[in-house]
Amino acid sequence: MRDIRKTFIIEENKQLSSRTWFIRLKGDVSELTSPGQFVNIAIPGKYLRRPISVSRYFTREKGLHLLYNIAGEGTEILSKLKPGFELDILVGLGNGFSLPEGVLKPILLGGGIGAAPLLQLGYDLMANGIKPQVVIGYNTAKDSFGIEKDLRDMGIVTYVATVDGTAGTKGFVTDVIEEKALKYDYFYACGPMPMLKALSQLPTEGELSLECRMGCGFGACMCCSLETVKGAKRICKEGPVFKKSELIWK
Amino acid sequence: MEVNDIDLSVNLCGVTLQNPVIPASGCFGFGYEMNQFYPVDILGSISLKGTTLSPRFGNPLPRVAECNSGLINSVGLQNPGIDAVIAKELPRLREIFHQPIIANISGFSIDEYLECCSKITKQPQVEFIELNVSCPNVHGGGMSFGTDPEVLGQLVKEVKKVCTLPLIVKLTPNVTDIVKMAKSCVDNGADGLCLINTLLGMRIDIKTRKPVIANVMGGFSGPAIFPVALRMVYQVRQAFPNLPIIGCGGVSSASDVVEMIMAGANAVEIGSANLRNPYACEEIVYELPSLLRKLNVTSIKELVS
Repeated sequence: MRDIRKTFIIEENKQLSSRTWFIRLKGDVSELTSPGQFVNIAIPGKYLRRPISVSRYFTREKGLHLLYNIAGEGTEILSKLKPGFELDILVGLGNGFSLPEGVLKPILLGGGIGAAPLLQLGYDLMANGIKPQVVIGYNTAKDSFGIEKDLRDMGIVTYVATVDGTAGTKGFVTDVIEEKALKYDYFYACGPMPMLKALSQLPTEGELSLECRMGCGFGACMCCSLETVKGAKRICKEGPVFKKSELIWK
Repeated sequence: MEVNDIDLSVNLCGVTLQNPVIPASGCFGFGYEMNQFYPVDILGSISLKGTTLSPRFGNPLPRVAECNSGLINSVGLQNPGIDAVIAKELPRLREIFHQPIIANISGFSIDEYLECCSKITKQPQVEFIELNVSCPNVHGGGMSFGTDPEVLGQLVKEVKKVCTLPLIVKLTPNVTDIVKMAKSCVDNGADGLCLINTLLGMRIDIKTRKPVIANVMGGFSGPAIFPVALRMVYQVRQAFPNLPIIGCGGVSSASDVVEMIMAGANAVEIGSANLRNPYACEEIVYELPSLLRKLNVTSIKELVS
């Protein structure tokens, strides 16, 4: 039996940029097994939990790092919670990123807050002796929450694109790939849907992490279903990470 | 009196359930996946995901919206179709679940209901049919059968001809007079009722000025609707003192189960609570004996009014 419902204590909850917050939690993360999985947080006063992708986890130290934007009332409440507060969290949900045989030079592509799980993915790839390259896209420089610095600190070459050109390459993550003539044999992507749709045109196979409003987060309610080439899948249960070749874009 | 001396068993349409706790249709899939969280064999029964004749993908996303003390869903009866349920889902559930099963059947025409019911009625371990005439999320089916007493009565009468199992009709609360709908079912041969399905509801995102749910409206459920469900169970119980009734709607705790039974339910379905807490039904099953002991009750059947 899986005991996925755990109590976490907030150790730190701070604002990183105009929209983005970082929360550091202490609790049992043993149910987390791969980068790209998510947790589902019970927010005081709200009925539905809020699914948030895992940015970093530390099994031995019982650490959980999340990055989140204030998107509505739920995350607004979350941002006001102080260190010491206890949260009821479902841990280890969904299927994360995989590392297929033979991948040597992957590229990691993140859009805005969606880039959060690339930290754990980058760390795990490096630990497996694979040196990835990363491109993070923002709308504008002040949206940056510093993930590019964290990745560079791990020794990973990281580029930035901004739609308005206020930092890095002007344009989208795909413009960086073109401008820097980046070579890769596999891609990992997470970010907003229009970005993922554009990245599904990349020539290699890859994995894309989808996000949507969820009911339960563990496959019981069918509120996050997706039509794929292999039939109906649940973003929360079979996803949130899907192979490029599985997805159907309309 | 010890906690393990408390008798939780209940009788539903002549079938004994080891306890009154039943996950409601649509909030527990086909049951077997929830066995990763706790042994679902401790439950009284399981009401399966609403099943139609043909496979259905359901409605576009978003299908879910937050509400005060509840949620709105508009899944739209996503299911693999009756043949796949019989061939794949039921066998997987039977491997780990050995209690009576409730098959929840929906349709878009009387013929569809009949075909589904006659197929499922012969399946081992399926001991009840729950006729879903109350889904608010599909057009031309579901709730449209459950809001007109004439149409409802006709459907129940026809289904009874092919259904050899106890027939439980799950009613919608989106009617003026629930007792009138109940009477139409009873007069046409229904063996029991399940009260209630979701209330038709809606939310608007004030930033985008658009409905949160892609399908605009959906079914409102959760603790917010518990008093409505309780009232309807009570009204129908007053009108039909001996009718088997499953109480459903916003039940989230052992005390809600007891309250629902006091209002007149013989068994209780738990829906939304499973989505917030996958262990909700397990916790309720384990809390019931100590709660009953506090209430000086040795058998839960004593509470049925």
